[in-house]
Amino acid sequence: MKKILTLLLSAGLVATATQAVSSPKEDLEKFRMYYEQRFPGIQLDDFGNGPYALDASKRLQWESMEEFPPYEDYIDKGSEIWETPFKNGKSFASCFGKDPSKVRVKYPHWDKASSQVVTLEGDINKCLKDNGEKPFGWKKGKIAHLGAFLGYEARGQKINVVIPDDPKALEAYEEGKHFYYAKRGQLNLACADCHIQYPGHRVRGQLLSTGLGQTTHFPVFRAKWSKAAANSDGMGTLHRRYGGCNKQVRARPFKAQSRQYRNLEFFHTYMSNGLAINAPGYRE
Amino acid sequence: MTKLTKRLGPTATALALCIGLVLSAQASAADLEAGKKIAFDRSKGNCLTCHHIEGGTLPGNIGPPLVAMKSRFPDKAKLRAQIWDATAINPHSIMPPLGRHRILSEKEVDLVTDYIYSL
Ligand code: HEC
Ligand code: HEC
Repeated sequence: MKKILTLLLSAGLVATATQAVSSPKEDLEKFRMYYEQRFPGIQLDDFGNGPYALDASKRLQWESMEEFPPYEDYIDKGSEIWETPFKNGKSFASCFGKDPSKVRVKYPHWDKASSQVVTLEGDINKCLKDNGEKPFGWKKGKIAHLGAFLGYEARGQKINVVIPDDPKALEAYEEGKHFYYAKRGQLNLACADCHIQYPGHRVRGQLLSTGLGQTTHFPVFRAKWSKAAANSDGMGTLHRRYGGCNKQVRARPFKAQSRQYRNLEFFHTYMSNGLAINAPGYRE
Repeated sequence: MTKLTKRLGPTATALALCIGLVLSAQASAADLEAGKKIAFDRSKGNCLTCHHIEGGTLPGNIGPPLVAMKSRFPDKAKLRAQIWDATAINPHSIMPPLGRHRILSEKEVDLVTDYIYSL
């Protein structure tokens, strides 16, 4: 434990009140190096497989799931949503371009004009509204199906979030970073506590994934979600997961697509720059 | 000397009584059972999320297994302090401050401390 703490401290990964502001690039280098030293031998892209990169027996179970992946139907549904014209005759291609494989890699990004982080989900609903259609729900259902299709089409491309040298963009990034390291909720836990200090350890039966690679495979099919309720088919967006991780520490979750979660996504996805997109993923 | 003992007599008896009281303040079986229940309950102590405890199913392994506690915490007050607010001892601790954040009441922290101390 002491060794880990020293490593964390030297990597500057333990949030302290006096934390000096470092550049996103420096943060990324430290973040990456920390996991590489902690889990030597794991290939960079493999971190995108979450707990399955860290535990051989979990990996075997997962690989057998992947033979007939439960998310396949939803990729097909997403493809249909992509193809189906709006009432005005246009379709999603009018907003995102004709090639569905080129969409996912553009998100999240900083939008200078509106001075905010724009996410794929945000643009999906914007496209619907701009075309006089009813927007989708934010966390599951059609938005996740379309996301699954666009993620699948983009598989293998590298995450490449750009943090422009613009004070407002850096502020958004800092807010997201702070979110990840700040203790919150009645249980007083930070994302970093679980996913930086203790990846590879178990909370009850669940193996904690590394913060590195945590966003590459969203939207995700989660077995737990598929059993959650009749209107839940297992597919969920990243912000749905954020809400879940907030709730389990007894903190009030923010709204999906709130500024807080968009900024968190900005930081969190940037930290996985260079890893291959492998959406949609399967998780237990 | 005998004079002194005689004079101290009543005080010494009182002292002995006090010690006796402290010793008999050892938790009853029912209290231990109540402490265990709180420790295992997911909506209360939920210690198994992170610690192996004898008799608990699906323990996590974030914190050390809770065994031989008397040898690790000869001073029970220190054990209680760890449970009350682990971050007072290690500011980076992931262990929730069960007392300070009112996850458990004073009484519940006492019961859990007694139970953990018995392990
Ligand atoms: C109490 C521990 C704990 C805390 C605190 C926590 N998480 Fe998690 N998180 C988990 C567990 C357990 C899982 C499921 C196993 C896994 O994939 O890591 C999980 C999964 C995730 C996943 C999905 C990973 C995947 O591969 O599909 C993301 C993303 C995530 N957490 C982000 C966060 C963020 C962001 C925060 C802070 C707002 C946070 N977590 C706080 C325990 C925690
Ligand atoms: C989210 C994780 C977590 C939970 C929940 C948790 N602990 Fe801990 N606990 C830890 C960690 C990690 C340590 C190691 C020392 C530290 O970092 O504070 C620890 C240390 C301890 C110690 C000191 C052990 C030693 O030998 O130094 C005791 C005693 C303890 N915990 C009791 C409990 C009890 C009792 C509960 C439930 C009422 C509990 N813990 C719940 C994570 C947890």
